[in-house]
Amino acid sequence: MSNRMKVVVLVVLALGLIVLFLFAHLRGDFDYVLRSRSEKIVAMVLVGWAGAVSTVLFQTMTNNRILTPSIIGLDSVYMLVQTAVVFLFGSTTLTMMGNTLHFLLSAGSMIGFSVLLYSFLFHREGQNLYFILLVGMILGTFFQSLTSFMQYLIDPNEFSIIQDRMFASINNIKTDLLWPAGLLIAAATLYTYRHLHELDVLSLGKDHAINLGVAYETVVKRLLMIVAVLVSVSTALVGPIMFFGLIVANVAYAFFQTYEHRYLLAGAALFGIIALVGGQLVVERVFTFSTTLSVIVNMVGGVYFLYLLLKERKAW
Amino acid sequence: MVEVKQVLKRYGGKTVIDRVSLSVPRRKLTSLIGPNGAGKSTLLSMMSRLIPKDGGEIWIEGKEIARYRTEELAKKISILKQSNHIAARLTVHELVSFGRFPYSRGRLTRQDRDYVREAIRYMELEPLQDRYMDELSGGQRQRAYIAMVLAQDTDYIFLDEPLNNLDMKHAVQMMKVLRKLVDELGKTIVMVMHDINFASCYSDYMVALKDGAVVCEGDVSSIMSDEVLRGIYDLDVRVQTIENRRICVYF
Repeated sequence: MSNRMKVVVLVVLALGLIVLFLFAHLRGDFDYVLRSRSEKIVAMVLVGWAGAVSTVLFQTMTNNRILTPSIIGLDSVYMLVQTAVVFLFGSTTLTMMGNTLHFLLSAGSMIGFSVLLYSFLFHREGQNLYFILLVGMILGTFFQSLTSFMQYLIDPNEFSIIQDRMFASINNIKTDLLWPAGLLIAAATLYTYRHLHELDVLSLGKDHAINLGVAYETVVKRLLMIVAVLVSVSTALVGPIMFFGLIVANVAYAFFQTYEHRYLLAGAALFGIIALVGGQLVVERVFTFSTTLSVIVNMVGGVYFLYLLLKERKAW
Repeated sequence: MVEVKQVLKRYGGKTVIDRVSLSVPRRKLTSLIGPNGAGKSTLLSMMSRLIPKDGGEIWIEGKEIARYRTEELAKKISILKQSNHIAARLTVHELVSFGRFPYSRGRLTRQDRDYVREAIRYMELEPLQDRYMDELSGGQRQRAYIAMVLAQDTDYIFLDEPLNNLDMKHAVQMMKVLRKLVDELGKTIVMVMHDINFASCYSDYMVALKDGAVVCEGDVSSIMSDEVLRGIYDLDVRVQTIENRRICVYF
């Protein structure tokens, strides 16, 4: 089966699941049910797309297939902001906060953090990428400790509000944010699309990329920004999903067996949509909402991650 | 013409390349020799803009290296480092096709395909061209990388220990190919060499580095002598002439 054909199969599969999700068990007020379901679909497509694309980009840049963008500490920034709002102003401020304001605050702080991190580090010439990842990881751990410190101090009832935000959930999606999130993700995707071939070269590693005339530092800097935007937007939309990108990226590598990013990116994004829509179908129809999507994704992802580690160890 | 002028490189407070000047003879095979830590690889990496320099100038065909657009430079010089681990799964043909990236930015034209086919033929990789890189032996893999450099079609080729991990037979094969590139295609090759006798038998020009400075340079006969080599390596060596080749005995 050619790679083009595989993409077609995935598109058909994704569309099939979307149709199933929209029309299965259609009862009551059709208008209302269809609208609420299509809003969920749009959110899942956006999050699936952003999570998959950001992970593939990040792994290509670092030449490492078991890293995820979460190691630069963006989810910790997200949790820190949620906790700090509750800690300083009380949980009602967080729950009553307008969606747009909340989105701006969350996405803004994550993107702001990345801009600061990169501009500070890239300013000193010749810094390598791994140094930046390391600093991000240390800051992320620091934010996590700060977050848990504040969580110990607050009222347990308030903590339960924060706990809700710790796991991604499609059920309480913020519909008025779909447009701005969609636009940002589309812009990031368009930029990526125009640099597909450079991504192919980047997967050869830094030295080969420079030898073949890729402006390595500039390209990596921009790609890191793209990754930050994708991760921030999707996290602000539904909350942090840890393993999701890692699974779909690796499934795509195994399925396509190629270096070409036009297939890898499209494939990972489609697998992302399939996983989210399929997972949400399972949550709604099998578990009847007794669990959330991210619990399922994290469990499947955790098992797959262990499998990857064991497999990689054997390869070395 | 590649000319290195007063080039400087520091790591932390330690100077690893101390104001090195060098001019690379055209259409010749030049070997950089010297003990471990002399700065050979560092110098080669700076000459091919893989790492930035901390001072001095490197001129390539009348233009300073920092003033080139990197994609323009990729059509003039190519560099191959000693360890080449590639995470992506590639066939030989796909790898060699990457050599055309500076010209086609990923959309291969008919002419690009001709260059790729020619490079594969030149390195005698035709039977292997659809095999994946991780299925090849060390020597075959090294040949595939050289084929990629060939497809890049640059006048200057920089190689960091091209004989690394090759057995005697494949090392000789590799050196004969490099010789052919210089003699038949008129390429200028600069390479870092550890095996002094391979350098002696196949290069036209030798440059010896020690502690980040050039200690001597010249044609093979002027470098391959007892006193000069003893000075470079701090080792009691004897140079003998066997079948018109200068062989260093250092065991």
